[in-house]
Amino acid sequence: MKFTYFFTRRLFHSILVLVGLSILIFIIARILPGDPARLALGPFASKENVAHLRHEMGMDKPLHLQYVAYIKGIFHGDLGLSFQTRRSVSLDIAHYLPATIELVMASIVWVLVIGVPFGVLAGRYKDSWLDNLSRVVAFIGVAVPPFVVGLMGQLIFSYGLGILPTTGRLSLLMPPPPTRTGFLIVDSLIAGNFTALGDAFVHILLPSFAIAMTGIGQIARLTRGSVSDVLGKDYIEAARAFGIPDRYVTFKYMLKPSFIAPLTILGLTFASELGNAFLVETVFGWPGMAKYGIRAILRKDFNAIMGIVLIIGLAFVVVNFIVDVLAGYVDPRIRIREEE
Amino acid sequence: MTHPNMLEIRDLHVYFRGYEGVSRVLDGISLNVGRGERVGLAGETGCGKTVTMKTVMGVLKIPPAMVPHGEVILDGQNVLEMSAKQLLQIKGTRISMIFQDPMNALNPVFMVGEQLYDVIRFAQGDSGTGRKRFGTEIHDRAIAALEEVRLPDPERILRSYPLELSGGMRQRVLIAMALVNGPSFLIADEPQTALDVTIGAQILDLLSELVRTKGISVLLITHNLGVIQETTERVYVMYAGQIAETTPTPVLFKNPKHPYSQGLLASVPRLTGGEIAEGIRGTVPDYTVAPSGCRFHPRCDYVMSICSQRKPPSFPVEPDHYVGCWLYGKEGGSK
Ligand SMILES: Nc1ncnc2c1ncn2[C@@H]1O[C@H](COP(=O)(O)OP(=O)(O)OP(=O)(O)O)[C@@H](O)[C@H]1O
Ligand code: SF4
Ligand SMILES: [Mg+2]
Repeated sequence: MKFTYFFTRRLFHSILVLVGLSILIFIIARILPGDPARLALGPFASKENVAHLRHEMGMDKPLHLQYVAYIKGIFHGDLGLSFQTRRSVSLDIAHYLPATIELVMASIVWVLVIGVPFGVLAGRYKDSWLDNLSRVVAFIGVAVPPFVVGLMGQLIFSYGLGILPTTGRLSLLMPPPPTRTGFLIVDSLIAGNFTALGDAFVHILLPSFAIAMTGIGQIARLTRGSVSDVLGKDYIEAARAFGIPDRYVTFKYMLKPSFIAPLTILGLTFASELGNAFLVETVFGWPGMAKYGIRAILRKDFNAIMGIVLIIGLAFVVVNFIVDVLAGYVDPRIRIREEE
Repeated sequence: MTHPNMLEIRDLHVYFRGYEGVSRVLDGISLNVGRGERVGLAGETGCGKTVTMKTVMGVLKIPPAMVPHGEVILDGQNVLEMSAKQLLQIKGTRISMIFQDPMNALNPVFMVGEQLYDVIRFAQGDSGTGRKRFGTEIHDRAIAALEEVRLPDPERILRSYPLELSGGMRQRVLIAMALVNGPSFLIADEPQTALDVTIGAQILDLLSELVRTKGISVLLITHNLGVIQETTERVYVMYAGQIAETTPTPVLFKNPKHPYSQGLLASVPRLTGGEIAEGIRGTVPDYTVAPSGCRFHPRCDYVMSICSQRKPPSFPVEPDHYVGCWLYGKEGGSK
């Protein structure tokens, strides 16, 4: 009952944010200096040709009609043509985006698998060597830019030890699995192709770790603070005093409230990792959104820019929605407060 | 073997290691609670009441805490020497407690029912690893426990989260949790202070009634002398980790002997509700550099040279009345 109410409210908020985002993107793209039609056709095109293209693109219509057309297009999966690739922007995005999302997801996995347990142990054994180590890791994560971590990783694991590949998503000679989702790891699983799976796996290790470094440090410190906070709470002592075994108290009564704080910032971690991915993709020759996006910006390929920003915004809104709903699910205080 | 006393604390020292050095909080306190007896432990804020309680309950974290000396004999067994497993067996079923602040003593992210069920099923020897025994039996016992503390609509309470309940309701839930497994000894740490006056009084009435009908021995910790007077038979007055005086409760109010007790009682009439005031000059000392000998000596009007040199033992002034003060050592002869 209460949870459904909370869920619906959050969903409604997210949709509002998306509408706002689409208006913002639309306006910014139209204010960008330069005439996209002229840019697309080059400096030697005749005035008539440019005017013709402007008409074809609907750019001679009033702004609000252009916006309506734009939204209609989005719902049909039509984000317009990219001037640089001469293909539909949605096709381009469908081609490049999965690589980036896969990379960011893998780095989120790093954050969850290393950052959270690390933080829990550091908080549980405060001021131990583990706690000090987590402090150092957090410091490095914040101080060293992800692309530097990536370069160092390449130096050590690729050139030095020769155990990890330097670039790309797959080895050159590895035939990729048939594209279903665009996520190589998922696609090779679907195809049951475990050689490709292993290859994709070793390729993603380094770049995703480079991206994850900052998040690992942040989440570890946050989790640590949260755990040590909860451990000092009366309700932990009360549970023990009422005869509930220590181990059970730790796993149930301590962990759940401790996870709320790290959970709520996971949305932000996702956003910053998406940003870091652009640099790290360049270092690792990762065929994702970075190259396409940068070229779109330099060439004022405004359909592509609008498409990319919209998709990234959408990803951000979706992730935050999931995080919010999870937080509300774990913590009744969040959803009950909202009702008042 | 039944031990004559429910609880015997003998010369208990509890220290904490911290950044500023070692805080010597409890400086050798001794305290008895007889079977079926209701005993008060009174003292101003920061004097070590909660630390005493946590030590008895075996929930003190060691380190940073340490117990360099002393015994806590519960029902004939030394709690400080018990294994974790032995402690687990007595918690909830033989000894239980009520917390000072009901707002923080329930876990905010679990429903009341879930917490109460756990308290019930672990007392039945559930190891926590096996299947959950959320049988109707546990449910029925949970409902009965909530009815006993006069909570209306217990089914709804079981499905509530703590923040959906008022402070008084939460304290009732906590009393239900403390008593559901039938302990024979209960420590109540200021069960009313965090609540407003009328609700607090209701909680105390409920608690006195329950322990009386069940014959539970009680150690009631409070800094409210009015509460001590109404609910206890005997009282210990504590100052800065030392026991100043112990006597049957009525005697304390008629004839306090220790200069600290006298100061306390002199300050009471000026207050509503009988809270202990900072009416005596000075404050509770910093435990890293606690005063030597009688810790009250920097604030005492009768201070003598011996007071800062040696800690006063408990001198009997009546058969049931002991005072930890050198003023009463003269005729008895100091040890
Ligand atoms: N874990 C700890 N580490 C260090 N010092 C502690 C710890 N727990 C308690 N103390 C110190 O012990 C002293 C007594 O604290 P305690 O909580 O027992 O007081 P109290 O008599 O219960 O006071 P109140 O009436 O405010 O509840 C305080 O000075 C406190 O700072
Ligand atoms: S022992 Fe000395 S300092 Fe302590 S209360 Fe008695 S007279 Fe005062
Ligand atoms: Mg206290």
